[in-house]
Amino acid sequence: MSDSFYKSGEPVADAKAPAGPIEDRWTTRKFEAKLVNPANKRKKKIIIIGTGLAGGSAGATLGEAGYHVQQFCFQDSPRRAHSIAAQGGINAAKNYRNDGDSVHRLFYDTVKGGDFRSRESNVHRLAEISTQIIDQCVAQGVPFAREYGGLLDNRSFGGTQVSRTFYARGQTGQQLLLGAYQALMRQVEAGNVELYARHEMLDLIMEDGRARGVVVRDLINGDVKHYTADAVVLASGGYGNVYFLSTNAMGSNVTASWRAHRHGALFANPCYTQIHPTCIPVSGDHQSKLTLMSESLRNDGRVWVPTKTGDERRPVDIPEDERDYYLERIYPSFGNLVPRDIASRAAKNVCDEGRGVGPGGLGVYLDFADAIARLGRKTVEAKYGNLFEMYERITGENPYETPMRIYPAVHYTMGGLWVDYDLQSSIPGLFVIGEANFSDHGANRLGASALMQGLADGYFVLPNTIGDYIARNDLGPVDPTAVVAAEERVKGQIDKLLSIDGDRSVDSFHRELGHIMWEYCGMERTEQGLRKALELIPALRAEFWERVKVTGKGEELNQQLEKAGRVADFLELGELMVIDALHRAESCGGHFRAESQDEDGEAKRDDDNFAYVAAWEWSGEGEQPVLHKEDLEFDYVKPTQRSYK
Amino acid sequence: MKLTLRVWRQSGPQDKGAMVEYKLDDISPDASFLEMLDVLNEKLIADGGEPIAFDHDCREGICGMCSLVINGTPHGPERATTTCQLHMRKFKDGEVIDVEPWRAKAFPVVKDLVVDRSAFDRIVQSGGFISAPTGTAPEAHSTPVPKPDADRAFEAAECIGCGACVAACPNGSAALFLGAKVTHLGLMPQGQPERWDRVVSMLDTHDEEGFGGCTNTGECTVACPKGIPLDVIGRLNHDYLKATAGGKKRA
Amino acid sequence: MAVTGGVLVLYLVAHMIGNLKIFLGEEDFNHYAHWLRTIGEPAVPHRTVLTLIEVVLGLSVVLHMWSAVSLGKRASHARPVKYQSKKKSHAQGYAVHTMRYGGVIIALYIVWHLLDLTFFVVNPKNSDATPYERMVSDFDPSRWYITVWYVVALLLVGLHLNHGIWSAFQTLGLRTPRSHRALRGLAGAVAAVVTLGFISVPLSITFGWVS
Repeated sequence: MSDSFYKSGEPVADAKAPAGPIEDRWTTRKFEAKLVNPANKRKKKIIIIGTGLAGGSAGATLGEAGYHVQQFCFQDSPRRAHSIAAQGGINAAKNYRNDGDSVHRLFYDTVKGGDFRSRESNVHRLAEISTQIIDQCVAQGVPFAREYGGLLDNRSFGGTQVSRTFYARGQTGQQLLLGAYQALMRQVEAGNVELYARHEMLDLIMEDGRARGVVVRDLINGDVKHYTADAVVLASGGYGNVYFLSTNAMGSNVTASWRAHRHGALFANPCYTQIHPTCIPVSGDHQSKLTLMSESLRNDGRVWVPTKTGDERRPVDIPEDERDYYLERIYPSFGNLVPRDIASRAAKNVCDEGRGVGPGGLGVYLDFADAIARLGRKTVEAKYGNLFEMYERITGENPYETPMRIYPAVHYTMGGLWVDYDLQSSIPGLFVIGEANFSDHGANRLGASALMQGLADGYFVLPNTIGDYIARNDLGPVDPTAVVAAEERVKGQIDKLLSIDGDRSVDSFHRELGHIMWEYCGMERTEQGLRKALELIPALRAEFWERVKVTGKGEELNQQLEKAGRVADFLELGELMVIDALHRAESCGGHFRAESQDEDGEAKRDDDNFAYVAAWEWSGEGEQPVLHKEDLEFDYVKPTQRSYK
Repeated sequence: MKLTLRVWRQSGPQDKGAMVEYKLDDISPDASFLEMLDVLNEKLIADGGEPIAFDHDCREGICGMCSLVINGTPHGPERATTTCQLHMRKFKDGEVIDVEPWRAKAFPVVKDLVVDRSAFDRIVQSGGFISAPTGTAPEAHSTPVPKPDADRAFEAAECIGCGACVAACPNGSAALFLGAKVTHLGLMPQGQPERWDRVVSMLDTHDEEGFGGCTNTGECTVACPKGIPLDVIGRLNHDYLKATAGGKKRA
Repeated sequence: MAVTGGVLVLYLVAHMIGNLKIFLGEEDFNHYAHWLRTIGEPAVPHRTVLTLIEVVLGLSVVLHMWSAVSLGKRASHARPVKYQSKKKSHAQGYAVHTMRYGGVIIALYIVWHLLDLTFFVVNPKNSDATPYERMVSDFDPSRWYITVWYVVALLLVGLHLNHGIWSAFQTLGLRTPRSHRALRGLAGAVAAVVTLGFISVPLSITFGWVS
């Protein structure tokens, strides 16, 4: 492996997870953690960035615990965080179905589903906590789906054989988020949480190598303000928007994480990207985002493309023997229900062969004709009615009459800031929770696990671990020069962005970056493509800083300026993702390297060389990042190669 | 498609604001309404103008951030659809489209089409929750919830807090928003202990924030992108009367 | 609003039933009018009950209007800047949108009505005539415009009731998802019966079916 695009550094290790049997580690850690004197909690300030499932639940819990919390979100209300859009459900090892589920099975499924690239201790804790999350949410009044007896309903979800997913129709994320939001607002009313909506974090205040606060921009009037604290928590979500088109919200960004990374927080596994197979395809250049259709559609829909390339006929006019039900053909035992990454890649392959359908040939059919014939239109409508409606609203096509067109889209990022067992990053005092950290999903996240992780981190893990840091570090007031320095950096960047006054819009750069990322660092990555991206991205970044046009002023609501700052960070992150993807010459989970596949074209892991977390250190603009490896050990779940044939 | 847009432009809270006309050609009927505004903004930037500020985030109809009164109707002409899910094929080629912000004293305009909806947060803050500190929860199955109650609670809990109900209401009332939360929490067994105080504090905050009184015109439920039914307001009134006149309220 | 409206609806129903007595003939009608003034006698003095009813009614009307005015004021405070484009939706039908201006017209009508048949100021007859005579001469075919005015006003009353009755149940929290249709039906039926009942009298006189 060529070393020319990164430098190697010292290995990192998680020093916080206790030794001993995995079932006892969390209990031991909680016991070993130093406690903050309840009388002192009021005087301890914690800043939280983000109000999604992780941030909202953390703010509510830390506020209740008596800390002085200051919480920020860039949206106009904490309830808008993108967790709200999660559809499917939340896993918990309740074993209400008596189908053999257990904490150990959820742990096992998650480690295996993550393709053996996650930390066993963290995943086990997640599985343990999963049951408490459901109790907590029910107590808050979350209206989960119930059976006629009044008890909670469950369904099964991709990649598992037990029924452990709790759900609230197709809006589980919304209901869980509203529960956390309401709990948070209760703390706002109680005076324990100060809430700052429409505030975006733009820098970290550092003092003696510790995170001591943040600089934020008030998005309404453009004021650059600082807030200092004893600890800072990032709950700012994932970075899928680096691809421009993704299922993320328009505002989802990497800025908070990235600016922390620039102060030394290690960024782990940035190349692990989950690509969801069932999204509505792009309809034209105007497209601003992609919409996910629930994966459950694959239970009854059959995926196909024409056998001939460039077949322009309407789908109903293509006879049965000229259709290729390629998933059923290649994966006879799993058929249309193969895991997300496999279904996505297969769709890309047939489209690359020129057999894709719809505008630009980027789409495959998901056909319900058989299901309608077999079950009747009524049954299909009862099961998928709302999804069909959504599809028709967006595309103007009626899926009862003509097959849906679907295509994969970036959905979730498993990578994120590196954290230890306490969810503390490599910067002391900086904690990272939810999708923003890298910890629990390895190289691939299972369905219905994101909500579980966000709430586990926010309600149960962080509130127990952050106290240890606060109790051990009695910090005084922050040195004003550190604050001024951070503010100057932010103001400097804003002035710079506004002063370029070039001739290309922010969106045009974002679109181009997204195109590069999707093309070369998307579903299938090759050394050649990645190396090409490594040339294109720095060039695009240089162009951005010369030609970007940001209209308006800094002292007002300026959505162009907000976007510009975010795109500037994506332009740096994109390069790191490519470097990470290039260095990881194996295929695993959401990272498929064309060079590393078996004779059937399936992903081939290389446990001998890559069973580690790649934690990257920033070493300056245009400088090669430094790789720190955290070796992964599997004492409880033995790595095996996945097979879905 | 060719379109003429008349968009409310207002540089800040103090500015008086006015409708400004823009012409667009070559808009794809497959574009969403917000993507059409993206195209217009790109054009404005290229021509050296100031792009239009509007709120949006998830663009899949669930975050509640997008707004816009389109031709006099919040979220535009299509029923049960947010602006971000409204597509241009619902308009006629050559149509003149008016785009305005939500109008309410409690939702002051920040800039162009962006309004401040923090009044909704303050209403929730005043009582729209169930007090359940983390860690105190009993086992989830200890209290069964009858399915019809859970389903109705869910239906009310679908509210995305966008404010279309207020924008549509001739009285500028947020009764539907209030009723949705009061109904959701009031139907769950876990929500009973705080039920009566909740409704009174939420309604008091609603009035203090400057929302109008409900006269049951039903415009809210028609505009609601989630189709929250009008009977949540009946329930709101029921609970409020029982809490006050019926003496159920504690304090 | 709901409570005072409820009182007024009950009164309207009673008033309408009384009016229909005109179809039983002159004697019955005059007897009924006389009886109204003598209810409760000799236990209570002449006109006691009727006066009480008038006081309650007067209070209800004033409070009803006061509620309407304060709701209207709140509404205009709640939306200081109006929309530029016209709103088209009539979610609950046309009736909803007649509540305010319709209410004003109804109030004006009541003033006329009192001047006409209570204080005889605008009636062709005076206090010497019997109630029956006053009615008949009021809606004489030659005075068709008076009949038209009554009919129009009463139709507005009908619209007002159609929304008002249902709305009152909603405001009093008596409306549930299950009772919704029943209440709508009830509101429509009461509105229709009251309106038709009232309108039948002036029309019958004008068309000469009652003389």
